Amino acid sequence: MSDTSKPAEGISLTQRMGGKRKVVAPWMWASMALLCSLLLSVAIGPVRIPPLTVVRMLADQLGLAKIETDWPATFATILFEIRLPQTILIALTGMALGGSGAAYQGLFRNPLADPYIIGVASGAGLGAVMAMTFHWPVTLLGMSVIPAAAFVGAVLTVTLVYQLARVGRTTPITTLVLAGVAVSAFTSALTSLLMLLSTEQLHRAVAWLLGGFSLGGWGPVLAALPYLLIGLVALVILSRPLNVLQFGDEQAVQLGLDVERYKIVIVAAASLVAAAAVSFSGIIGFVGLIVPHMARLLWGPDYRRLIPLSTLTGGVVLLAADAVARTILAPRELPVGIITAIVGAPFFLYLLRRAKQQRYW
Amino acid sequence: MEIRFDGASFGYEGRIIVRDLTFAVKGGEILGVVGPNGVGKSTMIRGASGVLAPYSGRVFVGGQDLETLPPRKRAQIVAVVPQAVQLPETFLALDVVLMGRTAHLGWLGQESESDRRIAQAAMRQTGTLAFAERQVGELSGGEQQRVLIARALAQEPGVLLLDEPTAHLDLKHQDEVLRLVRALVEENDLAVILTLHDLNLVARFTDRVALLSDGMIRKIGSAREVLVPRELAAAYGIAIYVTDHPIHGTPLILS
Repeated sequence: MSDTSKPAEGISLTQRMGGKRKVVAPWMWASMALLCSLLLSVAIGPVRIPPLTVVRMLADQLGLAKIETDWPATFATILFEIRLPQTILIALTGMALGGSGAAYQGLFRNPLADPYIIGVASGAGLGAVMAMTFHWPVTLLGMSVIPAAAFVGAVLTVTLVYQLARVGRTTPITTLVLAGVAVSAFTSALTSLLMLLSTEQLHRAVAWLLGGFSLGGWGPVLAALPYLLIGLVALVILSRPLNVLQFGDEQAVQLGLDVERYKIVIVAAASLVAAAAVSFSGIIGFVGLIVPHMARLLWGPDYRRLIPLSTLTGGVVLLAADAVARTILAPRELPVGIITAIVGAPFFLYLLRRAKQQRYW
Repeated sequence: MEIRFDGASFGYEGRIIVRDLTFAVKGGEILGVVGPNGVGKSTMIRGASGVLAPYSGRVFVGGQDLETLPPRKRAQIVAVVPQAVQLPETFLALDVVLMGRTAHLGWLGQESESDRRIAQAAMRQTGTLAFAERQVGELSGGEQQRVLIARALAQEPGVLLLDEPTAHLDLKHQDEVLRLVRALVEENDLAVILTLHDLNLVARFTDRVALLSDGMIRKIGSAREVLVPRELAAAYGIAIYVTDHPIHGTPLILS
């Protein structure tokens, strides 16, 4: 949309004034892209499964069609027990980072905000590294301890930041950011200290902090799914209040929004989503920062579109980054967080250069 | 609808800025609030909108104590036109006006056909339909001001508050915006409080004037009664002359 006087999709005034808004097209695009990325992601790896075979295997497994089994039996194990859960976890993580990143940028009205801005990542990092260096049991009550500790660390940190940022009955955005930065620095320092004191866990901790998908199987997917679903659905519902918040707290109150209550709910939903993602996938940088900008450049500043579209785009971007991480030095797999930063940073700069030519934020 | 201040005092962090405000503005009436910089005009507007609770006294809108109403209920009664500087630039004008429907939407926040009709009507009344699909950041100051007035009208309020609606506007646009407010007051039976620096505009476009000085209402009444050299000199601290406007016949204030 180089011509900024036109709306993002070139819909006419009468269409918007009269009937429903045309939001189908971008939805379709992003969903299709996500579906294709999922198919390609499960297809590539040490054993290549042709995408068409993947589709037929899925159709067969789901009982959608009667299909003659003409693939090796190992394909089924690779697809359904290894690749599919891993791919879905990656897609969910990307979606979580994209959606919560857009929500945080909206809440803070700041293009530099990302899902980690008020302590989700540093809190999760501390939790995970504590679990590793203190040699906590691998499972507790049937749950893997590292993601559980990371999740608790993230939620506790965000709660602490929110409490610290309160001024009387309100929570000003500026104090929230500053409290987030301060607490993050503190927890990160504790994490570094623990890592230095426990050299035998150093490699594992670094890999986790860089965002390596080390857990396999359906367990993580099923454990993360409820938080992600609840959080993302909540963020979609909260997208109009996010629009109202763009006018500043005072105008939002004067327009009838219970600003303080909505701030808490938005922080809770976005943090829940980000914490669930980080706990199972490690700290993956840049996705939650860039993806909302991509969505905003492509589809405009309306959060009712930005939240769902950032979510879908986040899945696509992380799947792509993961495909690169798995293939570029094959058979060695790199932590996907390294790829998102190596590819993401220059791409972000390119976006910013382009953005100078149009008003988009 | 009527807005009534009953001995209300407002301030920040324990420091009172304006005190003992007692007056009422009826439907169909415009009250202009004037006074030197920092006297508390904006504070008073914030108090009248309910974002600032009074330290003492009360503000009633349509007989209800403003402080006891939640933001949603308040916004259904009182609408504010802020100064045009704080707008998300990339929002389309129509979307800005639709924000005025916030207090009327269900909890899922879906805008209905009737919400869109109300926004459209507000834009027609304010002459902003022509740029409904343009980003507000591209509009001129006068156009932005009218979009914000349309947003306030979309709230379907009984009370309209305007904080310096003519700041940063040239002579033509000042005139245009205030004429618009005058017309809207009569059409929609609004009670209006507006703050203005330009005493001549106050004299021409308002029904009554409140002159603030030293954190209190120094005088309230018609422009003829309030905008007189003695009171103005005492409030502003310089010599001020008042004569008659050769065309409009309203007081003409010169420093």
